[in-house]
Amino acid sequence: MTDAAAGAHRPDGARSVGPDRAVPRRALRLSVPALVAARLAGAVFVLWAVATITFFAVRLIPGDPAEAILGGPGSQTSPEALAAVRAQYGLDQPVLVQYLAQLGRLATGDFGRSYALRQDVAPLLVGQLGGTLLLATLALVVAWFFALLLATWSTRGDRLARRIGSGLEIVAAALPHFWLATALIVLFSVWLGWLPPISTSGPAGLVLPVLTLAIPLAGFLGQIMRESLLTALESPFVLSARARGEGERGVRWIHALRHASLPAISLSGWAFGSLISGAVVVETIFARPGLGRTMLNAVTVRDVPVVIGVVMIVAAGYILMTVATDLAQWIADPRLRRR
Amino acid sequence: MSQGTHPVGHRSAAPGPLVSMLRVRDLTVGFGQPGENPVVSGLSFDIAPGECLALVGESGSGKSVTARSLIGLAGDTAWLEATELAINGNDVLGLTEGEWRRRRGRDVGLVLQDALVSLDPLRPIGREIADSLRLHTTLDRAARRERVQDVLKRVGLPDGRTRVRQRSGELSGGQRQRALIAAAIALDPPLLLVDEPTTALDVTVQAQILELLESLKARGTAILLISHDLAVVGRIADRIAVMSAGRIVEQGRTARLLAAPRQEQTRRMIAAIPVDKPRGTRLTAPPAEASPVVPVVALAAMPAPGEVVLETIGLVKNFRQPDGTVMSAVDGISFQLARGTTLGLVGESGSGKTTTARLLLALSRPDAGEVRVLGRPFSAASERERRRLRPELGAIYQDALSSFDPRLTVGAVLRDAVRGARRQARPWFAGDGPERPDLQVGRTASGDRARVLELLDQVSLPSALLSRRPLSLSGGQRQRVGIARALASDPQILVCDEPVSALDVTVQAQVLDLLDELQRERGLSLLVISHDLGVIQHVSDRVAVMLAGRIVETGPTEQVFGAPVHPYTRSLLAAVPRLA
Repeated sequence: MTDAAAGAHRPDGARSVGPDRAVPRRALRLSVPALVAARLAGAVFVLWAVATITFFAVRLIPGDPAEAILGGPGSQTSPEALAAVRAQYGLDQPVLVQYLAQLGRLATGDFGRSYALRQDVAPLLVGQLGGTLLLATLALVVAWFFALLLATWSTRGDRLARRIGSGLEIVAAALPHFWLATALIVLFSVWLGWLPPISTSGPAGLVLPVLTLAIPLAGFLGQIMRESLLTALESPFVLSARARGEGERGVRWIHALRHASLPAISLSGWAFGSLISGAVVVETIFARPGLGRTMLNAVTVRDVPVVIGVVMIVAAGYILMTVATDLAQWIADPRLRRR
Repeated sequence: MSQGTHPVGHRSAAPGPLVSMLRVRDLTVGFGQPGENPVVSGLSFDIAPGECLALVGESGSGKSVTARSLIGLAGDTAWLEATELAINGNDVLGLTEGEWRRRRGRDVGLVLQDALVSLDPLRPIGREIADSLRLHTTLDRAARRERVQDVLKRVGLPDGRTRVRQRSGELSGGQRQRALIAAAIALDPPLLLVDEPTTALDVTVQAQILELLESLKARGTAILLISHDLAVVGRIADRIAVMSAGRIVEQGRTARLLAAPRQEQTRRMIAAIPVDKPRGTRLTAPPAEASPVVPVVALAAMPAPGEVVLETIGLVKNFRQPDGTVMSAVDGISFQLARGTTLGLVGESGSGKTTTARLLLALSRPDAGEVRVLGRPFSAASERERRRLRPELGAIYQDALSSFDPRLTVGAVLRDAVRGARRQARPWFAGDGPERPDLQVGRTASGDRARVLELLDQVSLPSALLSRRPLSLSGGQRQRVGIARALASDPQILVCDEPVSALDVTVQAQVLDLLDELQRERGLSLLVISHDLGVIQHVSDRVAVMLAGRIVETGPTEQVFGAPVHPYTRSLLAAVPRLA
């Protein structure tokens, strides 16, 4: 048994000249100040790129922004009113000037005024941010809980559990949010009458939106966790632990689960971002206030400042989550902490 | 340690009932349906307190399965039968998982090979070592910490206070293996199962680990030592049991068994040990002809040495380390490889051997110095100019498996190599330089196939393997395919980086014999890189000893091995395991 694997074990320095062994390149090997500086520079770059792309992408939406400001296409507006609006919003300037002005405003934290809602974008978004963050964070936590449960249960040894586990994961990961939301509403609100079909302010109103977002993510995370859990359970250090008299529970909690969670942690940053885009669908279906719904409404009426604002906030959220996952990895994997 | 007081030295092959720390009678283990497909059958042996029994055999002979069965960890799908199986006088046949758990770590310990992965890379070693104390004793945290310090001292890891917080990745290979042994002996189990404890280690470290096992033995621990290498176990085993195909074919006192082996398998394993066997001696029984030693005349008849085919002049390669300092992995290396001869480059882990190989093959660029191939500039040339010379250099890697695309069949691997060699030989591809019309033959698919079969034949593999994938081959077969691939361009020089260190001694012997034959038949010039002095001594005409990126001693093999000058060479040679 081990003999077959013996070929894989060689003197450390005696690596082949050939293809290098698959040693994953670890991030976070820099000193802390250099790391922080690199991260900050990266973040600024990403935010600039996002602002630029969004600025030009929004211009690709057909139609006159001035018309959108004055009530959308089809509304009867006088040329004088349009011209006045253009001058007011700087829309008569050359594109480059508009772009630089926009960048300048963003750099000073001025997100501008919503065309449609006639209020400042920044306070508007801050008000919406909390609900979405709560939703996404809860969904991530619940997804992790389900994924851990499923991964540990389905690796208990008997083959049937394994099959069921992997089947459930694939189905869950493939479920589209809009369908899942509808199915959950039908089941829990219409048939059973346990939970409200639209998001109310109380905790009961959060259950269905959170489940909608969490279930597909749990399937996805669960698949990754189960794979790495199985690998960890078959590794020599687990055999060594068993040989010291460690029981099944100890093997899992002390050794295997920690290894299994590493890839899932590194994916959680990405997952959080996808939860926020998922929030667009979920907030709309459950009529829940939040960034997602604000974004959808803004795109529909071509409310450019709001669109840019939401995109910037989501991008910043992505960056923060990436930093948070790196930190979590740094805590969970001591190998990264070595100089 | 209740048994530690038993008389030490009662070592007959069939001891009485009380002196056995481990007593095994007719042990049969298999996987699947009970009674079907036994991988180990009818094993019977005893180990007395303070005695070391070595279980020696090739890969797949069932050694590891045996060790795991003795600690109740053969796996969920395994079945086990025996007329008697007793540890420390207690019957362990048919124990439940819970009962086994209470004994593991307390009555019997297990040490696996490759401590890097046998210790949890995410946990500090202090925790790993304290595990069995936590599981089997009522000691509190402080008492456990103290015991861990004691154990670390016993395995020769001082500075325990800082050590306990380190993880396996932060330790050197030898320290790691010590920590792993410490974790197994924290509770002083009277029986220790040790599975290939030194396979991945340098000779000097290997000698230290064997010493450590020796000291455990002296304290009265019964040791079952598993290895594929008779030379290694000969140092500490009192008795040796030779396993082949799941059975013990011969069992006896170490000195007797090594001096007068009774079974064919034992003789083969002894013959396979390369150390102290002069160059040209076959390590495996010759296929047909009777003479085991090729006359020295044959060696002398080789093309007159003198013409240098591969040369390095003051090679330097620096690496920037994570903390910003610069480390010279290769620090001014110069050597010459003469046509038809073998140069052995020997050194321990981290001495810069592999970096040198990469520089030789122009896989990385030297920071100073030069590599010349067939008298032409190689490292200093442009890649376009190098291509002309590349067919003259073949490379064999240690881990043949990872050097193949696992989805390609053996046939496809070799066909690729043949086509690549042909493409390299085309003038428009290779620029100006020596023409290689010999590589132009067989432009057709059938020509390729003929060449592939020829290559297989050269490495003595049957053509039936063509449709197999690397994963389904044995280690020895894989390395042969690797050699066949290196021969595809009909090179004059072969660079072999640890060509046999992933192989069992008997398989290693076959591969070494094959390289020797190929050299004779084709006048190949070989550069063999290895950490194994036995291998280097056996294959080399000249030897260069590397230490910290420099060559500290070089000369003809007999001179370096017979009268080493540099203290480092002497310490290396002193650590080589030899048959008594």
